[in-house]
Amino acid sequence: MSDLTKMKVAEARDALRTGEVTSVELTQACLDAIDAADALGAFVHKTPDKALDMAHAADVRIKDGAAPAMCGIPMGIKDLFCTKGVASQAGSGILNGFIPEYESTVTTQLFDAGAVMLGKLNMDEFAMGSSNETSVYGNAVNPWRAGNDDAALTPGGSSGGSASAVAADLCLAATGTDTGGSIRQPAAFAGITGIKPTYGRCSRWGIVAFASSLDQAGPMTKDVRDAAIVLQAMCGHDPKDSTSADLAVPDFEAALTGDIRGKTIGIPREYRMEGMPDEIEALWAQGREMLQDAGAKIVDISLPHTKYALPAYYVIAPAEASSNLARYDGVRYGHRAKLSQGDGITEMYENTRAEGFGAEVQRRVMIGTYVLSAGFYDAYYNRARKVRTLIKQDFEQVFAEGVDAILTPATPSAAFPLGMEMDDPVQMYLNDVFTVTVSLAGLPGISVPAGLDKQGLPLGLQLIGRPWEEGDLLNTAYALERAAGFVAKPTKWW
Amino acid sequence: MSIDTETAARVAKLARIKVEEDALPALAQEFNTILGFIEQLNEVDVENVEPMVSVEPMRLKRRVDGVTDGDQQDKVLSNAPDAREGFFAVPKVVE
Repeated sequence: MSDLTKMKVAEARDALRTGEVTSVELTQACLDAIDAADALGAFVHKTPDKALDMAHAADVRIKDGAAPAMCGIPMGIKDLFCTKGVASQAGSGILNGFIPEYESTVTTQLFDAGAVMLGKLNMDEFAMGSSNETSVYGNAVNPWRAGNDDAALTPGGSSGGSASAVAADLCLAATGTDTGGSIRQPAAFAGITGIKPTYGRCSRWGIVAFASSLDQAGPMTKDVRDAAIVLQAMCGHDPKDSTSADLAVPDFEAALTGDIRGKTIGIPREYRMEGMPDEIEALWAQGREMLQDAGAKIVDISLPHTKYALPAYYVIAPAEASSNLARYDGVRYGHRAKLSQGDGITEMYENTRAEGFGAEVQRRVMIGTYVLSAGFYDAYYNRARKVRTLIKQDFEQVFAEGVDAILTPATPSAAFPLGMEMDDPVQMYLNDVFTVTVSLAGLPGISVPAGLDKQGLPLGLQLIGRPWEEGDLLNTAYALERAAGFVAKPTKWW
Repeated sequence: MSIDTETAARVAKLARIKVEEDALPALAQEFNTILGFIEQLNEVDVENVEPMVSVEPMRLKRRVDGVTDGDQQDKVLSNAPDAREGFFAVPKVVE
């Protein structure tokens, strides 16, 4: 039975329709796998009863015919999504005990399509982190290990629990969110596929806000076809999010022909970072060859403002976070500090936020407060927004010159040991060096597993597409996936 | 630009996060490290560049200004740490 959890979404969809398997069987297999995988720290709120109820309903619907593709597919949901009646804490102590009275638009769409929720997945607190080490729940752990070394590795972050759960076959797919790389970096670290769509593709309503001009939801899956299927169900206009695009959602799976002949792929020279491991350089060169062999035209391009993306991000994202997180005041939901004699409302706010927020969240809220404060707003915040304009123009320029997609490494390293980079925030921020540009420009980006390093750890390549062209981007990713032929799985130790 | 402990204390106050006196020097140091990283932005020529407002050039959707929701007092209050008689309760704010 345990092999059921190894199924991909597309396989399960087909098997559910032939009656080869039921959603209840699939769901139960996942629940058993989850219960045996506590060492991974991936699922932080399990919802087995709800899952089985949803699976039963899905089985009835499939039997009746005409059920959507996601019907009966067991998924994990990142803790950032508000799920009605199920704890939703964004990995934070300040939302301890918070049970939403409403359902996020993305999960509503998934559940309306019949997807089954297995539980909530670990993540960095408020999605601020690149290693899942800032979570109030404790670390999520990568199912991959380096060679025979049994040191625990990070699954990346902030969607670390999602990456770990999908890579370890605890669920068929998971939701993630990406503000600066939080889908693509963990996907690369865990040897799975993750796509961040164009800003505005998915509704942000009911997703706990980090940096509203950057946050986007997306799927984390076992392959590109699954990414297309799950993304399809997550996308679409929502009147409740005024930044969600009122555009038709094309059939992403139908775009997967694998034919990329005549496409132009750009290789940005600024992504060749000093000190980048040879293996990543080599993988990138292999990716270039694979796409060329598949019939694409490869061109060297320049994105001159690349090196300013991280510093611009670390102004803009904390600024927006400081504003968004002002709502955690101990009044309407979540944690409230115990008051001492004589304490007023200011002490209540200050103590509540000091107790409820972890160190990284406090740091970013305060940096954001500083860059928005009187006298510094122009020097930091406005300057960063101008640099963001320039970064976007870099991409517009190469797209105008005929580039269809851009190939880069997904991350500057393979998964690193837990605890290694926690002392140095700036070092941790460098994890997002290849992904953050894409977020600032609002573009779709996908991470595809493409090889193993010499320690046997997965490495990913990132493809960046034109705005709203997720279908074309997924097709290029599909061609890359077929050429790379990545089939490795972590050896089970948990 | 260098942040001293006094500035760190002011920022913490503005952010409504309690930071103990003895933690301020380390906090100021962290701010300086991060702001040092951000200083790179000063190298960029941003003359005549518009600050980004919206990443995709979309007009925000407008909606009818009508009541679509309401009568959910119990749900609104269901997660409050302290709710009494249909209200959020907080320490006294007016003397």
